[in-house]
Amino acid sequence: MDSTGTLFMPPGRSTIAGEVDTLFYFIFYTSVVFFAIVVFGITFFSIRYRRQRKAGLTSGLAHNTKLEILWSVIPTILVVIVFFWGFKVFIKMHVPPKDAIEIKVTGQKWFWTFVYPNGSNSLNELVVPVGKPVKLLMSSRDVIHSFFVPDFRIKMDVLPNRYTVTWFEATDPGIYNLFCTEYCGKGHSEMLGKVKVLPEREYQAWLESGSGGGEGKTPEEFGAELYVSKACVTCHSVDGTLLVGPSFKGIFGHVTQLEDGEAMVDENYLRESILNPQAKIVAGFEPVMPTYQGVLNDRQLDALIAYIKSLKE
Amino acid sequence: MSENIALARNYLNTPRGLKSWLLTLDHKRIGVLYLIAIMASFFLGGVFALLIRWELLNPGRDIMGPDTYNQVFTLHGAIMIFLFIIPSIPAALGNFVLPQMLGAKDVAFPRLNLASWYIYLFGALFAVYSMFSSAVDTGWTFYTPYSTETTTSVISMTMGAFILGFSSIFTGLNFIVTIHKLRAPGMTWRQLPLFVWALYATAIIQVLATPVLGITLLLLVLERVFGIGIFDPAMGGDPVLYQHFFWFYSHPAVYIMILPGMGIISELIAVFAHRKIFGYNAIAFSSLAIAFISFLVWGHHMFVSGQSPLAAMIFSFLTFLVGIPSGIKVFNWLATLYKGSISFATPMLYALSFLFLFTIGGLTGIFLGALATDVHLHDTYFVVAHFHYVMMGGTVMAFLGGIHYWWPKIWGRMYSEFWAKIAAVLVFIGFNVTFFTQFILGTKGMPRRYYNYLDQYQPLHAFSSIGSWILGLGFVVMLVYLLHSIYRGRPAGSNPWGALTLEWTNSSPPPPENFDEAPVLTHGPYDYDKVLVEEGSPARA
Amino acid sequence: MTHGKEHPAYLAHHFSEVEQQQESAKLGMWIFLLTEVLLFGGLFCFYTIYRAWNPDMFYNAHKFLNVELGALNTVVLISSSVTMALAIRSMQLNDRKKTIWFLVITLACAAIFLVVKYFEYSHKFHLGQLPGKFYTFTGVQGNNPHIFFSVYFTMTGLHGIHVLAGMVAISWVLYRTVKNNFSAQYYTPIEMTGLYWHLVDLIWIFLFPLLYLIG
Repeated sequence: MDSTGTLFMPPGRSTIAGEVDTLFYFIFYTSVVFFAIVVFGITFFSIRYRRQRKAGLTSGLAHNTKLEILWSVIPTILVVIVFFWGFKVFIKMHVPPKDAIEIKVTGQKWFWTFVYPNGSNSLNELVVPVGKPVKLLMSSRDVIHSFFVPDFRIKMDVLPNRYTVTWFEATDPGIYNLFCTEYCGKGHSEMLGKVKVLPEREYQAWLESGSGGGEGKTPEEFGAELYVSKACVTCHSVDGTLLVGPSFKGIFGHVTQLEDGEAMVDENYLRESILNPQAKIVAGFEPVMPTYQGVLNDRQLDALIAYIKSLKE
Repeated sequence: MSENIALARNYLNTPRGLKSWLLTLDHKRIGVLYLIAIMASFFLGGVFALLIRWELLNPGRDIMGPDTYNQVFTLHGAIMIFLFIIPSIPAALGNFVLPQMLGAKDVAFPRLNLASWYIYLFGALFAVYSMFSSAVDTGWTFYTPYSTETTTSVISMTMGAFILGFSSIFTGLNFIVTIHKLRAPGMTWRQLPLFVWALYATAIIQVLATPVLGITLLLLVLERVFGIGIFDPAMGGDPVLYQHFFWFYSHPAVYIMILPGMGIISELIAVFAHRKIFGYNAIAFSSLAIAFISFLVWGHHMFVSGQSPLAAMIFSFLTFLVGIPSGIKVFNWLATLYKGSISFATPMLYALSFLFLFTIGGLTGIFLGALATDVHLHDTYFVVAHFHYVMMGGTVMAFLGGIHYWWPKIWGRMYSEFWAKIAAVLVFIGFNVTFFTQFILGTKGMPRRYYNYLDQYQPLHAFSSIGSWILGLGFVVMLVYLLHSIYRGRPAGSNPWGALTLEWTNSSPPPPENFDEAPVLTHGPYDYDKVLVEEGSPARA
Repeated sequence: MTHGKEHPAYLAHHFSEVEQQQESAKLGMWIFLLTEVLLFGGLFCFYTIYRAWNPDMFYNAHKFLNVELGALNTVVLISSSVTMALAIRSMQLNDRKKTIWFLVITLACAAIFLVVKYFEYSHKFHLGQLPGKFYTFTGVQGNNPHIFFSVYFTMTGLHGIHVLAGMVAISWVLYRTVKNNFSAQYYTPIEMTGLYWHLVDLIWIFLFPLLYLIG
């Protein structure tokens, strides 16, 4: 288990987290008091008024106006406080600061794409600078998803027919979990990502590198990296295991069975399958893969194909 | 029946024969038919629950793949909600008890009552069909556009839920009219047992909310069959609109589930504390208050789905408002224990479990009603734990309490008190181990409906799974001694608990017409300060 | 269990008086009608929301509905409501023959309504003014005109099913009237069918202006 954070909450890594946690623990301790009253009442009365042999006539006491007003009014006052408090913090979470960096988020089955102000993009890894507000403009390509970073205490549904917005300001560099929290089918629990919080200078450097990466690596090494970072790994194994899609292991250079006919797995077949996945469907699999057109550049495509080629049986 | 002591002429043995059961118009027999069907559903839903927990014992695959897992949790939810909890207390126990509590011979429309059972079976058939074709994998909420895209059999499950809605409406309609028109002479509204008040409030919600679910599910079916485009963003429709309509029913439905449970608890606490109920009016009217406010809070399921902050604010406020009457009830029950003469027979153990668990369920609702904390907790295991504390810790505990309380009335025989206590303790411990753990999983960020999960959540998941086995064991024990008691239990006598409501004035099991002589009311349902009734002898009406 | 009072054959065993039975039936029927109102209420909500989102498209699309036929159907249904009421009145006066005639006329009106509806539907089918993905018509200006026809067909279709159900109910009470089951003392089923029929009529009275007479 995560040893950091408090008993209930994970560590807070955004400016809003502290405020959410304060409210959480206010409700928590108030609830503990009420719960203790109820449990103490049950226990005490159960012992004190347990039945001795036979039941006789008992007290007819059925009203006590003072007590009844007390136990109606005090909880009401408390929940009104909680309501206003919750609303106040909620509004803060809802309105991004004007100077926020705007990043476009796209959810689709079953990965996240992030497009940065300078046009570069990343998959399943949102890279942001520390100490700067970041506004996320989100939409979905297919069904409803939901963007959730527990350490930041933010969550927002990602819808197919409109934009939704959320924002955060990370307080500590590090790598944090990102979950999809709106059920979206087979790969829902694999639709995971990371939020990588970098110091300002490293963030700028990362942006300028065009997020293309792969410098100083062989195409196979770069392809292996892309296989993970571009979320191929969610649906395609490299060890022969069948996931949502066929495994990459040992497919290159062999004939594969399609839903209608068969095809030779060569460079062009792989290129087509990445950019236009519905063109040829391998027998026994569903046509669910999204296109990578515009997500991978040619150099990345070459590297990925080189990597698949290298996966011999 | 291999009887050790022959039971006198009663509704179970007069008339005899399968046909007389399948065509019966007697509300007691229909109640028993419902009870059997509902227990079968509960068993099925429970098996799915155990499969879920088994699969979640470790990250990755334990016993099934992701597709199967998604189908299993969907079926668990849909079966438990539509086939078990919604009809459980009203249709099974309510049907059996309500007319007797009112001193009536039957419900107002006996044919409609039987029809509602057959409609229930018919709806269940659709649900079962969707299990064996390619089982539906949308979650019991059928959110669009996922539910219009997936290749699984959404249509048969939604049609099933649509049909079950009629069954629910007919039961509610029947109860409202029965309570209005068939009370025993001299029984005023202020003398109704609180279970009747709770059923009345429930029936109002059933009648008002279910048609809206009906039309929503019908549109979902039309969307899938004809592509009418109302919920499909690609065709100018709006998927969030579906959520609004769905929750407009399904939040009040939560109260269809919990209100009758609260009614049972009011009965149990008064009877087993042998004490005039504290704050009768407050308990009765808070049921009605809950029924009405429940129609105005549906948006709290959608705080992070993109609705305006203004709407979120209003829904949050109303959500807190609907919590207050529930809190008042808890305090009233607690005050009823004061200066009582408390017996710890099995039904009371369930009633006390209810107080304990429902209080946790209610209090954790505050975290979800508050906007800022809901953003973090929405769609995590915290929500799963919360609604299981309310639905299982609340409704199911009350249902079990009610079953054990009215069991001697239904069958005329007692179960083994020893084994019943063992089962009650197992269920209580198993429940808390299973679900309290999930509160922590949730606050730590574990999303719900996840087939696979990060390693850091493994210890808590394993702990929760172990709890589910204890829970399952408790139910197995219960099944055994309950079935055994039907055949071998000792005769219960007409009033084993010394209760004062009218259903304990007739023999056990009751005669086919409920009462040999029309009951005349001489005291209120909770006059334990005025009337002394020996346990075992009929309550003097 | 015996009662001191007389227990006529049409009084079910669990009621002690005819009045109690009648009142129960009426209350039950009103509650049922309430559920019907809510069922259609959901659809009216959808109508309102989609019309608010696409006011121009709704206006353009509604011109393709045939106002004359719609008006004819409105008149037919209102007449049938009147004859239904007269059928009940006749039974209250113990005039069985008239009751039968009025019920037959009501039934005929319902049939005329459905025949007219059939012609309207088949014309639209022919033009491809179909709901959702089957929509092939091109003459309507505005975004997503298929939504208007989805709403139109869902609302009138569900209403049509209710007309059919009403016809079944009317035929049933007609049969029982012919069999001489009813009298001035006991005519609850006719009255209940009447209540239902008025509701079906009422819903159409809302549907007609909302769909045919926009703008």
